[in-house]
Amino acid sequence: MNYLIGAFKPACNISITFADGKNRKQISIEPVLGKKVEHNGVKIELLGQIEMYFDRGNFYDFTSLVRELDVPGEIYERKTYPFEFSTVEMPYETYNGVNVRLRYVLKVTVSRGYGGSVVEYQDFVVRNYTPPPSINNSIKMEVGIEDCLHIEFEYNKSKYHLKDVIIGKIYFLLVRIKIKNMDLEIRRRESTGSGANTHVETETLAKFELMDGAPVRGESIPIRLFLSPYELTPTHRNINNKFSVKYYLNLVLVDEEDRRYFKQQEITIYRLQENS
Amino acid sequence: MMLSGDEDEEKWLAEGIAGVQHNAFYMHRALDSNNLREALKYSAQMLSELRTSKLSPHKYYELYMRAFDELRKLEMFFKDESRHGVSIIDLYELVQHAGNILPRLYLLCTVGSVYIKSKEAPAKEVLKDLVEMCRGVQHPIRGLFLRSYLAQVSRDKLPDIGSEYERDAETVMDAVEFVLQNFTEMNKLWVRMQHQGPGRVREKREKERNELRDLVGKNLHVLSQIEGVDLEMYKENVLPRVLEQVVNCKDELAQYYLMDCIIQVFPDEYHLQTLETLLGACPQLQPTVDIKTVLSRLMDRLSNYAVSSADVLPEFLQVEAFAKLSNAIGKVIDAQVDMPIVGAISLYVSLLTFTLRVHPDRLDYVDQVLGACVKKLSSAPKLEDSRATKQVVALLSAPLDKYNDILMDHLDDGTNKVMAMVIIQSIMKNSTCISTAEKVEVLFELIKGLIKDLDGAAQDELDEEDFKEEQNSVARLIHMLYNDDSEEMLKIICTVRKHIMTGGPKRLPFTVPPLVFSALRLVRQLQNQDGDVAGEEEPATPKKIFQLLNQTIETLLYVPSPEMALRLYLQCAEAANDCDLEPVAYEFFTQAFMLYEEEIADSKAQVTAIHLIIGTLQRISVFGIENRDTLTHKATGYSARLLKKPDQCRAVYACSHLFWVDDQDGIKDGERVLLCLKRALRIANAAQQMANVARGSSGPVVLFVEILNKYLYFFEKGNTQITASAIQSLIELITSEMQSESTTLDPADNAFFASTKRYIEFQKKKGGAMGEKYDPINV
Repeated sequence: MNYLIGAFKPACNISITFADGKNRKQISIEPVLGKKVEHNGVKIELLGQIEMYFDRGNFYDFTSLVRELDVPGEIYERKTYPFEFSTVEMPYETYNGVNVRLRYVLKVTVSRGYGGSVVEYQDFVVRNYTPPPSINNSIKMEVGIEDCLHIEFEYNKSKYHLKDVIIGKIYFLLVRIKIKNMDLEIRRRESTGSGANTHVETETLAKFELMDGAPVRGESIPIRLFLSPYELTPTHRNINNKFSVKYYLNLVLVDEEDRRYFKQQEITIYRLQENS
Repeated sequence: MMLSGDEDEEKWLAEGIAGVQHNAFYMHRALDSNNLREALKYSAQMLSELRTSKLSPHKYYELYMRAFDELRKLEMFFKDESRHGVSIIDLYELVQHAGNILPRLYLLCTVGSVYIKSKEAPAKEVLKDLVEMCRGVQHPIRGLFLRSYLAQVSRDKLPDIGSEYERDAETVMDAVEFVLQNFTEMNKLWVRMQHQGPGRVREKREKERNELRDLVGKNLHVLSQIEGVDLEMYKENVLPRVLEQVVNCKDELAQYYLMDCIIQVFPDEYHLQTLETLLGACPQLQPTVDIKTVLSRLMDRLSNYAVSSADVLPEFLQVEAFAKLSNAIGKVIDAQVDMPIVGAISLYVSLLTFTLRVHPDRLDYVDQVLGACVKKLSSAPKLEDSRATKQVVALLSAPLDKYNDILMDHLDDGTNKVMAMVIIQSIMKNSTCISTAEKVEVLFELIKGLIKDLDGAAQDELDEEDFKEEQNSVARLIHMLYNDDSEEMLKIICTVRKHIMTGGPKRLPFTVPPLVFSALRLVRQLQNQDGDVAGEEEPATPKKIFQLLNQTIETLLYVPSPEMALRLYLQCAEAANDCDLEPVAYEFFTQAFMLYEEEIADSKAQVTAIHLIIGTLQRISVFGIENRDTLTHKATGYSARLLKKPDQCRAVYACSHLFWVDDQDGIKDGERVLLCLKRALRIANAAQQMANVARGSSGPVVLFVEILNKYLYFFEKGNTQITASAIQSLIELITSEMQSESTTLDPADNAFFASTKRYIEFQKKKGGAMGEKYDPINV
């Protein structure tokens, strides 16, 4: 351990700015007042990383690009380097999950021979828009427990964008149990790893009461659930063989003895271009 | 348990109110600082208090009203976009983010009403959305209140004719559709309430349900207030839809209430024009529904309507209101087999009232109604409901009070009588006691067809047997008129008397006796009371009653029915005896004797009468010696003057009892007893001789045997004038008579004599004092 690194301020301050986020990106390096910074070169990297929490410290870079900004030398005063990664593949969205994180980061390294290099990170978020799906069938299903409960439910689509509304209805064909209430839950199922090392984490992001009280046969209960209040992400399917994030609508009926009857259906969430 | 349950409920209510107040406080703060997010948060929390299941409807209402008031403030805030900066459309979405359905829907309705007011969307769309979304609340109480909130906030925003929310594309139909749907859903929830909460008692639940009924009925009221609901729309849409719901819900309470509601909230004119539809629903209702009240109210309303203006009468005729009502009643009675007879009767009464008020000139209608009523009653099994009979009288008399003359007088005679019989029979079957003079008055007014000859009635077509049966019924009825209170009872008697006196000669013999006995019953009742009750001012004294009786019985003389009168006089005399009223008793006897002398000519009747007189006189103890002598003298005199000898003989020996009353203070005049018996013997002898002369054979010896038996009776009773030797000689006389050739032997006489002798043997063998007494007699 080099105790000195922690004990002293870094030799210089590095700041990364995206002037307009698109073209003029630059970094500036400013030595601590009145000191010069000797270095063996300055580089910037763009990294796309997947980080598994149970495997802490182990990043997996699925994207890695490097630009050399400066040859070895000395910096006396604030110095600015523009940079650009023009054709970068960023196929995945930034994701912050329970067991996994997918992030994009810019990493500036001022290499120095002694005292360790000065490194600065800047995270940035990537969002990928998807056009509206050409096929978007409704989900319609009849489920039940024999001689006990028989319902038919319908969600208007199977694919929803993040600000979408789920419209649907539940139709009670047979009710022989005393139902207390009915909720629609949005559940996120995040699975990480593969094979024997698969970790699955399920979170309930929304619990939306659809019905209060006991319906009788023939009753149809409307569903209208706005997705905007919930912090959803698009569905991620097998991202770089590392993880998946799937969404489910879980219809839960609770009877007077607090028994739960439920039916889970996967839906796809996507990000729609906001102005489209 | 109940008490602690109530206490718990109070506690829960208090907690609920506290919760509402607490959150309302923060909501106000948010409103004051125009903080929409906070306002939504706290209002939702406040409304969450309404999610409770612990309160009875009554208590829940209290909580609801608190929240309701707070929501008005929230509504004001929503209205003013400048305060929260969110467009009404966005607001409409925003409130739907609430996770719990009940607060969400209350907020949605609140915003919805602002939304309609803003006119940024057609009222129709918003209303439709609201009424549809409210389906999410299926809990009966919570659902009912939520929907009633919806009805409340939307009331002034319906796209009615002339309303500012009416647009080209929107018709009144949308408003109607909305209210109808809300009504239907509310009714379903209300009906379902009865299946809620298995632990609670049904009665309590029904009571709670009843408390909520106006929430449902309010919708019908709203419908009736919609300008655009004209007769056409009412007929084609509103009524059929409402009735469909009423019929389909299959719930007694709801059906009764809603039918009544329909009748009350919509105009009479509509009812008149839709009678067929409305009435058509009645037989489809549950058999337990109190249709009679519903129909009665309808008919009441219609008849009031008819009376209100002469202009509307043609409408009644045009729609054939009477025929439809009459038909419907018939169907209802047929459909509701379990309907108590009282229900059927009251239905007819309502119809009758209706007819009388609407068609006073159509007496055939009256006939029809009563005819149907009679048919129903006569085909009915025994009445088991004691109310039914009371209803017969009470209800039928109601129209009578008013239309006395019109009604009964115009019925044909037959119907009238049948009606009266039905009334009486039902009273009898149920042993209904008619206990006031007023009721009696009404009753007799009703059955007057039986009480007197009606004007113009053809007398001769009466069937004798039917007549007797009718009059016997009346007689039985009189016994049912009773009140423990003697004063009232006297009034009843006077009333009855007044009526039956009009009955004419044919009826009096049937009706006077029960009246007399009814009065005598009262006499005995008074007599059993404490002595001071019979004070001077007491109107009901035995004396008074006897006076009344005297006059009453007198009427029988003109019938004429002297035998009957005689019997009644004797009854009265005996009663007077029991009351210690010597002069009264004497008076009655005098009457009886006079009757005997003047009116009873038939010898057979005389025999009967004289035995009755003797029997009664024997029992009477009230007379002083003088009076008694007069009367016994008269009686024996009559006895001796009977036409046929055997009758004479028997009457005379019966008179012997007048001088020997076998109780402690009774008269015991052995000498005169003997005199009577000897006289009887003489007459028997004479009879014997007359028979010899007339037919060549002596008459039956049975008279002697009978006299022998009298001898034995007084012998045993210790009359010293009757000696063993006299008996001995009488026996010998009979024996020789029987052996005489001229005697026609009647086996029955033989047997009689033989068993009399056996009796003597038996007494002898028995020994003791009596045996000793009999000892000298040889048979």
